[in-house]
Amino acid sequence: MNIPYTVEARPDSGLSNGKLGIWLFLASEVMLFGALFSTYIILRNGAVEWPHGELNVWLGMANTFILIASSVTMVMAWASLKLNDWGKHRLYLIATFVLAGVFLVNKYFEYSDHLARGEGPWHSTFLAIYFTLTGLHGLHIVGGMIVMLYFIGPGAKLWKKNPDQFANRIEYTGLYWHFVDLVWIFLFPVLYLL
Amino acid sequence: MDHADVKKSVRTYLMIGAALFVFTGITVAVNQVHLAIPAAITVALIIAVVKGSMVASVFMHLSHEKRWIYGALILTVLGFLILMTVPGFTTMDNIGTPVHTAPAEHASH
Repeated sequence: MNIPYTVEARPDSGLSNGKLGIWLFLASEVMLFGALFSTYIILRNGAVEWPHGELNVWLGMANTFILIASSVTMVMAWASLKLNDWGKHRLYLIATFVLAGVFLVNKYFEYSDHLARGEGPWHSTFLAIYFTLTGLHGLHIVGGMIVMLYFIGPGAKLWKKNPDQFANRIEYTGLYWHFVDLVWIFLFPVLYLL
Repeated sequence: MDHADVKKSVRTYLMIGAALFVFTGITVAVNQVHLAIPAAITVALIIAVVKGSMVASVFMHLSHEKRWIYGALILTVLGFLILMTVPGFTTMDNIGTPVHTAPAEHASH
């Protein structure tokens, strides 16, 4: 049995099922990160002192540039499919995957530097919320990379069978990926600068 | 989105990407000035909101989405705003603070 409305829009909503599904998922993600941002505010308001300059601003800024660049390559991967340019799509999707990997490598260096100094999540309230927020965000990066890897590898076969459905899948992956970028846009100033 | 629309959008995507780079640079530059904490928080969050709006409206195509998506997002924004006001309640109550009551008047028997 085929799943209905994977390409064509439903008559009632004007949307394909996948599009509505990914947006509802992202809505739940907003609440998940919202709860943690709310926790951050409570912890910060309740703290007698809040540390400044504990994190490497330049590494954080580099990671912000990397994620923004990956958002551009992701949307270009989708646009290339719409323009029927398979070669460029592959190039942009692989570039997005590589940039995501570079982000995680930077994060690894940041984490290992803290841990080498004995500054784990147990060290202070600030580091506890820092590791929680960036750790959860990092898991989302890993999740996005797994999906991208699937579309670079076995999932790419769908392009020949049903190009519209494949383009839709890349669009949904992109929506998720832009959300991950959006969360980092707020995490960077909140944790590194303020 | 048809072929011509996508071609036009490609230029917009690149321009928005460049603008996001510039805004990130401005955020860090403002941080180096060492403003007072309330001013620094305000400036950084305003820039973050502008950047977030650019990602959502252009990269996530929210500037031309269907009504159902906006409906779901209005509920999400409402829920998010409630979550952001919850921390305020923690300073509104008086749990843990001593309660001073007027000394009771003892009736003479």
